[in-house]
Amino acid sequence: MMDIFMRLYYGGILWDIRGKVFRGIAVDMSKHAALDRYYSYSFLVPGMLVYGIIFVFPTLMSFFFSFTRWDLSTWTYIGFDNYKSFFQEYALVKSLSNTIVYAVLSSGCKVILGLFLAVVCCSKLRTKGFLETVIYFPNILSPLAVGIMFSSLMHPTKGLINQVLSLLGVVGPDWLGNPRLALYSIILTDIWKGVGVSTVIYIAGIKAIPTEYYEACVVDGGNSLTKFAKITVPLVRPARNTVIILSFIGGLRSFGLVWSMTQGGPGFSSDVLASVIYKQYINGFYGLSIAGNVILLILVSMIAFPLYRFLNRGEYAI
Amino acid sequence: MNKLKLTSVIFLVIAFAVGQGGWAAGNDSTLTILCQPTSVTSGLTAELDWIRDTYGIKTAVEVVAGGSEGVNVIKMRIATDELPDILIFNSGSLFTSLNPQSTFVPLTNEPFMKNVDEGFKKTVMVNNAVYGVPIRPMNFGGWLYNKKEYARLGLKVPKTWAELISNCEKIKASGKTAVIGSFKTSWTTQMIVLADFYNVQKLEPNFAADYTANKAKYATSKAALRSFEKLYEIYAKGFMNRDYMSTSYDDAQQMLVDGTGVQWPMLSQVLPVMAQKFPDKMQDIGMFPQPSDDPNINGFTVWMPNAFYITKSCKDIPKAKKFLEYYISATGLNIFKSAQTLDGVFLIKGSTASSDVLAAVDDIVKYTEEGKVAPALEFLSPVKAPNLPQICAEVGTGAVNALGGAKMADDDTTKQAKQLNLPGW
Repeated sequence: MMDIFMRLYYGGILWDIRGKVFRGIAVDMSKHAALDRYYSYSFLVPGMLVYGIIFVFPTLMSFFFSFTRWDLSTWTYIGFDNYKSFFQEYALVKSLSNTIVYAVLSSGCKVILGLFLAVVCCSKLRTKGFLETVIYFPNILSPLAVGIMFSSLMHPTKGLINQVLSLLGVVGPDWLGNPRLALYSIILTDIWKGVGVSTVIYIAGIKAIPTEYYEACVVDGGNSLTKFAKITVPLVRPARNTVIILSFIGGLRSFGLVWSMTQGGPGFSSDVLASVIYKQYINGFYGLSIAGNVILLILVSMIAFPLYRFLNRGEYAI
Repeated sequence: MNKLKLTSVIFLVIAFAVGQGGWAAGNDSTLTILCQPTSVTSGLTAELDWIRDTYGIKTAVEVVAGGSEGVNVIKMRIATDELPDILIFNSGSLFTSLNPQSTFVPLTNEPFMKNVDEGFKKTVMVNNAVYGVPIRPMNFGGWLYNKKEYARLGLKVPKTWAELISNCEKIKASGKTAVIGSFKTSWTTQMIVLADFYNVQKLEPNFAADYTANKAKYATSKAALRSFEKLYEIYAKGFMNRDYMSTSYDDAQQMLVDGTGVQWPMLSQVLPVMAQKFPDKMQDIGMFPQPSDDPNINGFTVWMPNAFYITKSCKDIPKAKKFLEYYISATGLNIFKSAQTLDGVFLIKGSTASSDVLAAVDDIVKYTEEGKVAPALEFLSPVKAPNLPQICAEVGTGAVNALGGAKMADDDTTKQAKQLNLPGW
């Protein structure tokens, strides 16, 4: 009897000890796992700190200051007055439509022109390396420098463009001084400058298309036009989507070229949202300028997110 | 090891060189001056050199961007406390927007302030404390004209707006440009509207006070609306040069001197600049004030000059005050005059203009002697539509008519007044 009891007893203790040991090991292990997790996450801390200080914190400050009247040293809360003022700004309505026109036209032309240039650069031309460099080069120039350069090229009498046109017997228009033409001249300059990026992205997209498709097309009796239309165009879709989104968002935010070429002039005819915001800033209306930036953020998000979803619907792996 | 030594030596050398540059700029015996480009003229530099050679006060001038961008840079420097010893800046409403009481050193009771014109003192004064000393003569706003072309076409200086229009028509018929438009330099688009203010304040003496108090508006005041109507009329009758949208400030000077353009609404500050470029042509350039509809109301709108202000971060305030005293002393003003033809009178007692060199000054001096001058609106009111150059460009290109332009100017002013938190808006 005592034996069984002792066996049970000691068995129980052993079981207990075993249990405790097991539980002990489990606790140690989970402590270990937690430490592991903390250890891994801690590598994210520096990056998040930088991101937080440079991006998140100023964005939150912007939201705050957009509701105030601010002169850099003192601020007064005024609610939505800044937003109301911004929407009553005469130049604003025109600038909203100008911004959309700028984004659509510049993005559209870069998408189409970029594809053609990329096809040329992926062909059997011997000079295609040089061509790629020449096409991409304008993109690395500063927008301000490009703007100043084109302003002098586009001078109606002394500029090179009109002088060349006059040699051909055509009287060139006043590119930047004609209120109806100014915005489109800036868009043309923007296309010249930005088409390189589109081309490079397209080249990457075209090179990703397996050559078997082209060979199959030739076997089926297709010519270059069929190859382009039925194979290249559908299959560069990922690259095309990237180009559309990048160039559209860039077009909505455009500022450097507009400011250096016309400062939104003549009058208000080439104002875009970013230049209207900048004008509030240089007049010292800091709260108003921040409100404008928040509006720009909302506008770009409202257009960019749906656009992204629309372009990537039904995406599948090739 | 060698590579490491080499790179560390190069690094030290560069750091030393950069450090040198930094130390030199912080040299305490030099007064640092900050200004915008239009302030740096031959007269100013001559005085700075003279003060350095005679009194041993060295100055270092730093130039920032012109226009409203430069104004913003200066405001930023004030906010971040990176100011020079002396700041050259506008007087009037722009001056008050810099918060003078906390930024500048008051000069009200300094002995050298006795000679400064009382009218000028009002434009650099806040709460009865005077802060500034003028750097150059007053600026007159009116119409520059080519005397030779006027003589050739048998025209007389117009005393009413109707006479001016008829002169323009005769000039246009002869094939020359009647009115030079220099719209590429955007601030010049405002000249016709702003130079008209003498006439406005004669017809409505309380306009400036009412404008500040949100009671008077450009769109509803008959006299003030006339200013916009005059600008629109110049556009509508096709009196400007064909490429006025891309003609700049410099191009316009050339046109006026050559006689291809006969009249140019402009500030007199351009005269010394032209005198340097075209010294033998200045006798052909005259100036008349923008006429009103009434021949008995005829006078110049004047812009008070920029001023020296001593900032509170000046390290040697007594030295800066001495600098100002020498600048506006009689000898100093003579040095200025010999280096830069004076298009007007320094607002210091005892100063005279250079009528021997500039024929236009003869025309101007007659009006100042008869008291037919009045300050521009921006010196009587802290509000001024910040986008006025663009609004005037819209009127001057016919995108809006005069009433539309006036309404836009009023809306713009309302926005600014709200942002400045002025009472009554």
